Amino acid sequence: MLKQITVLSGKGGTGKTTLTASFAALMKNLVIADCDVDASNLHLLLHPQITKKITFKGSKLAFIDDEKCIQCSKCASACRFDAIKDFTVDSVLCEGCGVCAHICPVEAIELQERISGYAFLSETKYGPMSHARMIPGEENSGKLVTLVRQNARIIAEEQDMSCVLCDGPPGIGCPVIAAVSGIDVGLIVVEPTLSGIHDLDRAVSLLNHFKIEPLVSVNKWDINEKNAQKIKDFCGQKGIEVVGMISYDPLVVKAMVSGLPVVQYDPKSKVTEEIKDTWKKTYSFLMSTEKK
Amino acid sequence: MIISVASGKGGTGKTTVACNLARSIKNVQLLDCDVEEPNAHILLHPKIQEIEPVKVLIPKVQEEKCTHCGVCANFCEYNALFVSKEKVLFFSELCHSCGGCSLVCPSNAITEVEREIGKVVKGITDDIELVYGELQVGEPLAVPIIKDVKKRVKRDRNVILDAPPGTACPVVATVYGSDFCILVTEPTPFGLHDLEITVQVVRELKIPMGVVVNTAGLGNDDVYEFCKREKIPILLEISYDRRIAELYSQGILFVEEMVEWKDRFLELFDKIARYLDC
Repeated sequence: MLKQITVLSGKGGTGKTTLTASFAALMKNLVIADCDVDASNLHLLLHPQITKKITFKGSKLAFIDDEKCIQCSKCASACRFDAIKDFTVDSVLCEGCGVCAHICPVEAIELQERISGYAFLSETKYGPMSHARMIPGEENSGKLVTLVRQNARIIAEEQDMSCVLCDGPPGIGCPVIAAVSGIDVGLIVVEPTLSGIHDLDRAVSLLNHFKIEPLVSVNKWDINEKNAQKIKDFCGQKGIEVVGMISYDPLVVKAMVSGLPVVQYDPKSKVTEEIKDTWKKTYSFLMSTEKK
Repeated sequence: MIISVASGKGGTGKTTVACNLARSIKNVQLLDCDVEEPNAHILLHPKIQEIEPVKVLIPKVQEEKCTHCGVCANFCEYNALFVSKEKVLFFSELCHSCGGCSLVCPSNAITEVEREIGKVVKGITDDIELVYGELQVGEPLAVPIIKDVKKRVKRDRNVILDAPPGTACPVVATVYGSDFCILVTEPTPFGLHDLEITVQVVRELKIPMGVVVNTAGLGNDDVYEFCKREKIPILLEISYDRRIAELYSQGILFVEEMVEWKDRFLELFDKIARYLDC
């Protein structure tokens, strides 16, 4: 039975990708999926060799034919996104709904597909990887995340892998929902700051909402020990296992600059031991879950 | 003047910069457009004055009029409607509220009703007016809330927009229409990578920009070289300082404890104002 886990955080920059890269380096027999498609970073540590590139057309855009347009303005008043001004479509505001094309009395408007990004199948020295790159500013990152996960599952089945490890995007909106729907476990990475605690609460609610088992790892816990304790208490009350307490260490940035997962950059460091321990607990929890 | 604060990568210090800047200048309205994870209120401790729900329009099918012809589902670009012989299924989380389905229905069987997806909160702290949006947990679409927050922009004030991380539609919805964009980055490979793609978005929107380097001293020099090459001014550097990180963790603005920083943020603001004047 294939298991799927997503590393998420709510708040950005808490260390999702740093942890995911190390987990990938610690474990064979898993497929790595980078579900942060608009500001992805995992490739900077895992250096995938792309074997297949898939064009992703996630949305449409309206085009007005100047020669046919009679400037009646019906399209502009019907558009809910204020995307038509002076008889031209603002590609930033247009959400490709097609109402303008429907309302136009002279058929001067048509919807055209737009390329919103690319999905990739790759090989890394740690195993196969599914990832993507959204064209900056584009919409529908959720759909592209869904494609990345589909690709990861296909690879897992083909190569008989036991687990898909997803690096999630920040937030709780559409790309995050796409990154957690149907997974077995969500590992929330949190820093001991008031913002971190606020966002942890929302991330836990999101996983509860979709009936997914949460785990928590506290990153840079020693930046504020009091807040780290608050997080432990919060998790204790909610019955959530805290699988990681990872210390602040400038080594983590050095590893990033070298383009390596922390556990590879310095296999003997304390922070490597802490990450290994976090993965061990996470993995055994993941394998013990039963599909509901 | 409207200044947006964006970054691409999360956790580089957007909210820190936006709030410390707000605290260092006068006549400020700060709009937190990171509606998935709003955090500005945690640093600013506002007195809440108003909470308003954000509602979007969704279709309501009147079964007695519906002939199950499927025209609505066929029209919907977001696959939010599914019509079978017996009934119409509607997936509210996929709906973009375009109104197309009710427009195309040949039997006039679809009306639109309101659905709440989040809220907009207005508060005040000293002379800063703070407005922030909050997306309900489980709701996917942040953009309608961002637009609702931005409806409250007061152009006669110094408006600061705190953007969400990433480079997708919520960032575009936030930054769109601002006079200047501050890009906050950290001097690391992740920071640089995400800065590069955010620069593309801001350029496409034709908004002038400058960079604030946070946690300077960690990482390497690539961010500086990139800015030099791309002719993007570095407006301010905030050196890595454990004290700043600790104050942030407690929800305290560092300009309040390290007052020399107020002048530096004021200088940052003056640089932008001067740039926009010429």
